[in-house]
Amino acid sequence: MLSIKNLHASIDGKEILRGINLEIKAGEVHAIMGPNGSGKSTLSAVLAGRSEYEVTEGEIIYNGINLLELEAEDRAREGIFLAFQYPIEIPGVSNINFLKTAIGEIRAYKGLEPLAAKEFLTLMKEKQKLVEIDKALISRSINEGFSGGEKKRNEIFQMAMLEPKLSILDETDSGLDIDALRIVANGVNKLKSKDNATIVITHYQRLLDYIIPDVVHVLYNGKIVKTGPKELALELEEKGYDFIKEVEEVEA
Amino acid sequence: METAIKTSTIKGKLIFEFETSKLFLFGNTQLRDQAMESFYKQGIPTRNHEEYKYTPISSILKGEFDFSTNKNCTDEQIEPLKFLKEAYNVIIENGIFVEGLSNLENLPKGVTICSLVNAATSNSALFEKHYAQYADIKTDPFIALNTAMTKDGVFIHIAKNVIIEKPIHVIHISTASKSTIIHPRNLIVVDENAQAKIIESFETVDSKAKTFSNAVTEIVVDKHAILDHYKIQDENELGYLMNTTQVIQKKQSVFSTHTFTLSGALVRNNLTLVLDDEHIESHLNGLYITAGNQVVDNHTVVDHRKPNCNSNELYKGIIDGKSTATFNGKIFVRKDAQKTNAFQSNKNILLSEDGTINTKPQLEIYADDVKCSHGTSTGKLDQEKIFYLQARGIGLTNAKKLLMHAFASEVVNTVKIEALCDYIEGKIAKTFE
Repeated sequence: MLSIKNLHASIDGKEILRGINLEIKAGEVHAIMGPNGSGKSTLSAVLAGRSEYEVTEGEIIYNGINLLELEAEDRAREGIFLAFQYPIEIPGVSNINFLKTAIGEIRAYKGLEPLAAKEFLTLMKEKQKLVEIDKALISRSINEGFSGGEKKRNEIFQMAMLEPKLSILDETDSGLDIDALRIVANGVNKLKSKDNATIVITHYQRLLDYIIPDVVHVLYNGKIVKTGPKELALELEEKGYDFIKEVEEVEA
Repeated sequence: METAIKTSTIKGKLIFEFETSKLFLFGNTQLRDQAMESFYKQGIPTRNHEEYKYTPISSILKGEFDFSTNKNCTDEQIEPLKFLKEAYNVIIENGIFVEGLSNLENLPKGVTICSLVNAATSNSALFEKHYAQYADIKTDPFIALNTAMTKDGVFIHIAKNVIIEKPIHVIHISTASKSTIIHPRNLIVVDENAQAKIIESFETVDSKAKTFSNAVTEIVVDKHAILDHYKIQDENELGYLMNTTQVIQKKQSVFSTHTFTLSGALVRNNLTLVLDDEHIESHLNGLYITAGNQVVDNHTVVDHRKPNCNSNELYKGIIDGKSTATFNGKIFVRKDAQKTNAFQSNKNILLSEDGTINTKPQLEIYADDVKCSHGTSTGKLDQEKIFYLQARGIGLTNAKKLLMHAFASEVVNTVKIEALCDYIEGKIAKTFE
């Protein structure tokens, strides 16, 4: 589904990603862990199409398409979804209108008829139950006055509504208490299928107790320095990131 | 007037027109003479005039102008402009009240709506009590000019204790075939404990030449009265509006005014509220969406003269193309006006490189126990928000539209008449196309 080769990216002339290689197949969950500043969020931003980041080398092939040639909205229409680390508030735009517009544009892009109002409402109800989000929140403006946990839950709700093929969860666990974490993880698990893939970006291992990854990658200094099975996450938690830094330095 | 005048300038032409026509105009000739004298002294403001720095009036008033006021609109042309199904419609064509096109059947008892000319005689006591008592000819040349030269307008009176449920919709239309200057004059009196909703819309119908409309409206909101007032300015590129609204509020009255400026070549609004007693509440909301070479200038004055009053002002603007928008908001809190709460906010979004926004809040506070604040901001559309919407599959154009609607909604949501709210939403959506 996703093939990243030798990806280099920088912002304001400063290189953050220094040669990332990553292969993800449909049905898989990949965790990307790493210390602060290792480039985790940059990777998610580059995948989602943030224009401030400049890709200086390498390629990203997604379902046979050169992803780097697509605008952010077209990536979303092709099925890429980024759950933001810091979802922003947009007062004056209701969640409903927002999702209606988004689904309308995605369907038009795919050459599908627009959803009838009734179908849209049914879909909303169904997904709202699935991710256990309060109806009152959905009727409000996007994230306006939401708590941190509510914002994260709203991200997962949007994900459920848009039914992406590749979801990138950027530190979705940060700022969540254990109850909220379970609900969010539960939502993600319910949305998992053999046809879609998930990238879980996190600093801590805890989330991975709830969303079980098939593969764990360790990102350090803009490169993937270690890849392993889910147990790698536990090892990292135990030994800390210094252990990776040491490995890296010895290799260097 | 004994002074020699040059009839080659617009000022000269106006004075000449006045002298030749004044005997045929309604009302008090002495007042008209004084007003003309005052206009003569003040002249047409140039850009050196502090209050008209950003409104290029003198350059607009170059060239030939006609002063006649033709009436040629038909019912078919007016029908689409009566956008409120449940309303009393008043048609003012080129500054003249047109009874035949208005719908004023079954007005509730205690409500008078007629031409100003008519009111001057049929309602002379009320007329004389209020007419030209609030819009001061000495403070502004356009008030002076209007007072001297006005031919007509609408008179609305809501008697004591009367509540008129249906809104009154005053539709001002320009239908000029030659470049014309008109001076509509309106007087609105809402008596003690009465309530009304009044909408003024400004439209051009089948216009072939520019119309410079120098309108003055005086509004009296007596004690315990409640008035909701709306202005929808939606003329075409031949429409030039100079719009003065002078409001006097009495004890415990509530006045809310909403100014939507959506099109027109030039719109200058001078809105002044005098809070002349205690426990008064005032709301001033404005939204201007400008593009092309439009010039929109909102000057507001809120004059707190007595204690314990609240005023709240919110003006927002979206500026595109080479247009210029100006907001100048003065708040006076006089020495007696203790315990005043006065708030003002002006926020703008600049969409283009060539657009200009001038914003100038001015607070003059002479009382010491007050709560007052003002704030202004001007920025571009938030890139973070645009990206968030794009990341959900929404294209750049729609993302921007959603954000502009969101920005405007804070003002649109203050509209209390649902049908009017829908109409404005629709108009705004069109301006974003």
